Amino acid sequence: MKRKLARKIKEGAIETTLFLSALSSVFITISIVVVLAYESFGFFKEVSIKEFFTGTQWTPLFANPKFGILPLISGTLLTTSIALIVALPLGLTVTVYLSEYAPHRVREVIKPILELLAAVPTVVYGYFALLFLTPILQKFIPDLSGFNALSPGIIMGIMIIPYVSSVSEDAMKAVPMHIREGSYAMGATKLQTAFKVVIPSAFSGIAAAFIIGISRAIGETMVVAIAAGGMPNLTANPLEPVQTLTAYIVQVSLGDAPHGTVEYKTIFAAGITLFFMTLGFNILGFWLRKRIREVY
Amino acid sequence: MQKSKSELQTEIKKRIAVIKFWDRVFLIIGLLSTLVGLVLLFTLMADLFVNGFPRLSYKFLSSFPSRFPEEAGILSAWAGSFLVLLVTALASIPLGIAAGIYLEEYARKNWLTDIIEINIANLAGVPSIVYGLLALGLFVYFFKFGESILTGGLALALLILPMVIMATREAIRAIPNSIREASYALGATKWQTVQSHIIPYSTGGILTGVIIGLSRAIGETAPIITVGALTFIAFLPTSPFSSEFPFISFKWLFDPFTVMPIQMFNWVSRPQQEFQLNAAAAGIVLMIMTLLMNGLAIYIRYRFRRKIKW
Repeated sequence: MKRKLARKIKEGAIETTLFLSALSSVFITISIVVVLAYESFGFFKEVSIKEFFTGTQWTPLFANPKFGILPLISGTLLTTSIALIVALPLGLTVTVYLSEYAPHRVREVIKPILELLAAVPTVVYGYFALLFLTPILQKFIPDLSGFNALSPGIIMGIMIIPYVSSVSEDAMKAVPMHIREGSYAMGATKLQTAFKVVIPSAFSGIAAAFIIGISRAIGETMVVAIAAGGMPNLTANPLEPVQTLTAYIVQVSLGDAPHGTVEYKTIFAAGITLFFMTLGFNILGFWLRKRIREVY
Repeated sequence: MQKSKSELQTEIKKRIAVIKFWDRVFLIIGLLSTLVGLVLLFTLMADLFVNGFPRLSYKFLSSFPSRFPEEAGILSAWAGSFLVLLVTALASIPLGIAAGIYLEEYARKNWLTDIIEINIANLAGVPSIVYGLLALGLFVYFFKFGESILTGGLALALLILPMVIMATREAIRAIPNSIREASYALGATKWQTVQSHIIPYSTGGILTGVIIGLSRAIGETAPIITVGALTFIAFLPTSPFSSEFPFISFKWLFDPFTVMPIQMFNWVSRPQQEFQLNAAAAGIVLMIMTLLMNGLAIYIRYRFRRKIKW
């Protein structure tokens, strides 16, 4: 009896420990929200929400500070759009090629190499965008300034291909074989089957993949911090320097922003904006991804 | 006017030829698109190598940063990276594996489990710099750990925790139920089953995930900048070993630090070309570390996949 009891207590203790470990992830989320909300609350006591979301100038470090977040948001959306323009056709083609065309052997070799693209430290990509890609682009586009949105955008687009293609490949694999076979039996080529049968069937999964990619690009920091410049700039021109939400946080963190000052609080205000932007895309992506499983 | 049979036949043949032609064109486009990524990777490495290789030397690895580019090195950076990674590994591996085991083996299907699962998926999508802000508010100013190695390591641990949990779950999920049933049939308790079967059989998968997570951590720059790592450090952290009792010191946990990617970032952002060459050299070291870790992970995955046959 006694041994049984001791065993029961031990099992219970272990289960509780494991449970608490799993629960810790929930506390991480809660503390992210609490920390961001707490520090931004202090910020919004000094700056009105209206000024924050409608102001078109972001100069918190100047003598006459202005706190309009729009230039940072526009910078973030500009680099993200460029990344998406690169990643969308390229990622989709790569996925279709790998999942419908490539022989098994080729896929086994190419996939791990492609995944290395996601493993390269982003600071290395930043170096590459600033010192390799920008000078090359400047030869074709003389108006391009040394810091610009175009070059980091292109690099980010290629960088997110592995994320995009692995999720959308899952979605395309989930399309049952007999649906493809039906199409082949009608005499369709692989291309027709891929674009008229498989992609429409896997649409929500592929959309989810791109939304996850967008969220990656929005949160990407070092590439834009190095190569896009450090000037908040309300523009849609990819040839000009811009600053993103993430790059602003880096800029302030590198300087000296003492705890409790408005400059210190601005990075949390920018952070909470960033957090909710990515959260929105993540939830949308999560929801779309769940729909794949419901179809079949 | 009705078309003759032969006319119709040639028209159909023509159409088939066109369709087949586009099919082949797409094959080439697909191959080229796939190559774009590979070419970028190759160019990037070649560019780093051409610029940085002449700067690589024993002196570069064993010198502190300096105002003079030709004397500057990465000693404090790689020492910092190593210690930060140590903290990250010690914090994230036990926690992540425990959470993964709970979710796969113990969790009942209820609302709490659902919340934990959705939450982990969500955490994986949070931008890394947000973890930096969390660490700044929580570890630096609330727990008063300061802008230290401990803070940096914990920030990265939180960042890779979702990856470790997901890798653990995937590895455990691959173990067939018959193994568990055999263990229970012999009267083993749940923990005995986990300890003697689940953990050993999932080690390969877990290890792969952990190494890939750590290789992400070593290249992360943004959260470490946010917690206030310095960009110019000309000293090493306190040695963990001391000559007096108790011989081991934990003072290094609270020392200021810098890491490899920050050192590289610092050099990239300087206008002088000599420093940018240093950045390329630091980039080579960083890339070699990342590629070695990823290669190791691929090798482990491959070996365990071959060894275990259910």
